[in-house]
Amino acid sequence: MTTVTASPTASARVAVLRAEARLFLREPGTLFWVLGFPPLLLAILGLVPAFREADDGLGGLRPIDVYVPVTVLVAVIVVGAQAMPPLLAGYRERGILRRMSTTPMRPSALLAAQMWLHGAAALVSAALSLAVGRLCYDVGLPDHALGYALTLLLAVAAALALGALLGARVRTARVATAVGSAVFFPMLFSTGLWMPVRSMPDVMAAVVERTPFGAAARALDQAQAGGWPDAAHLAVVAGWAALLTVAAVRWFRWE
Amino acid sequence: MTTHGMAGASEPVVEVSELRKSYGGRNVVDGVSFSVDEGEIFGILGPNGAGKTTTVECLEGLRVPDSGRVRVAGLDPRADHDAVTRVLGAQLQESELQPKLTVREALELYASLYPSPLDWRPLAERLGLTGKLTTRFSGLSGGQKQRLFIALALVGAPRVVVLDELTTGLDPRARRDTWELIEDVRAGGVTVLLVTHFMEEAQRLCDRIAVIDGGRVTALDTPSGLVARMARSTVISFTPSTPLDDEELSALPALASVERRDGRITLGGTDETVNAVVSLLARRRITAHQLRVTDATLDEAFLDLTAARD
Repeated sequence: MTTVTASPTASARVAVLRAEARLFLREPGTLFWVLGFPPLLLAILGLVPAFREADDGLGGLRPIDVYVPVTVLVAVIVVGAQAMPPLLAGYRERGILRRMSTTPMRPSALLAAQMWLHGAAALVSAALSLAVGRLCYDVGLPDHALGYALTLLLAVAAALALGALLGARVRTARVATAVGSAVFFPMLFSTGLWMPVRSMPDVMAAVVERTPFGAAARALDQAQAGGWPDAAHLAVVAGWAALLTVAAVRWFRWE
Repeated sequence: MTTHGMAGASEPVVEVSELRKSYGGRNVVDGVSFSVDEGEIFGILGPNGAGKTTTVECLEGLRVPDSGRVRVAGLDPRADHDAVTRVLGAQLQESELQPKLTVREALELYASLYPSPLDWRPLAERLGLTGKLTTRFSGLSGGQKQRLFIALALVGAPRVVVLDELTTGLDPRARRDTWELIEDVRAGGVTVLLVTHFMEEAQRLCDRIAVIDGGRVTALDTPSGLVARMARSTVISFTPSTPLDDEELSALPALASVERRDGRITLGGTDETVNAVVSLLARRRITAHQLRVTDATLDEAFLDLTAARD
């Protein structure tokens, strides 16, 4: 029973992470929308013949090439706007955070565990989308892997902070779901899901490129094409990530 | 009855003095003081909204007192929060677990949070949870959830355990089993702080009881002490063969109440009243049909103590 090697706190953190990981795997809805839906969406789009033909409007790229980064970001946004807020609001609403704060473990361990799990799921989903693109539709892997990875990590950080902030501010899981959906669709739009950001009218593109996932979409495009993403795009994503993190820390309510 | 409060050298394990806490201008806790000795089962009894839960939440470190001093094993629940969580086990009045967490996972998880936990298996068995280990929290009945929370409060091997509304939602059988468990826990040296509004429970389990009403301690005594301090600790009822008039009755010593109903007289008073009634009846050669002398219950003492305010 008693652990010997690790300090009680470290082993306790592992126990919390393990328990939350089991719970994460028991949420078929989250698993589907984060891990299944985005790669599936990409696979289905690729079945449309027009998506596999080079398009001059896209600088000679095929639509399917452009949609790989979009589906990568869809998973990231599902995590931040759909999966995390109701979960965290529910943990507070049900007194789970409160119960944990009467033990030697801080309730923040639950929050941290959920952020790791959701972040990891978003990254796995990104890998799946890249694999579907590469294996099914011959979309090249990102030419600038480091720039791509950095952008993706910043976008995930922004999404996790957004999830924590929404989960912090709304009173109940039910409201969290509603608020999450309200930000979900504008964010999906900003990634270029309906219209690639590069094809948007100038004013719209200028606005979208100042949103966290619009800027991330542009940065991923650039890294995909082989360049280091524009510092301006990275700065926008990093700025949002920092702002949302500060806000989530400042306003998180444990009960 | 043991002589708690006279333990001498040992420090009280729980200390609350002049605790105050208000919400929105309302003094929910308004100068509560008491101390609990090691190994004691101490009851906090009071009507809903009396400030019982707020008081124990200050001990658990969940609330910050406006003023006053609160100590658990000599530690401040806010400043020494980590240390307090290791010695204090809590069963909260309203809290849940992750809906899809199973009973076994909950026990394993909470055991792993403490430096030297109890083996959760015998604990689960004692609480009748062995058959439910693979059941998810959302699939448990109210009573099973309650028993799981009791197990989680004990699994860290605490010195003090705070049980808030312990047996709410339990059926009579489970309630009695739980009471036995609490007595075992105390026999193991754990101090128990029991928040309740259930008299039978307080009378059966507690060494001492603080009655809290309107944010104040209105009485603090042993259960029998609380009953004895009532003006009407004894109730005498009978149907006299010849009517007795009010004057004769009101002359009785230590008389607290008189009630007449269908020729039956019910008197509240003390032992002294009983003796006086018996001699009055003998003197007047009155036969008392169905003469009953009963002790007042803690229920009645409680109503006395909490109604006095209104």
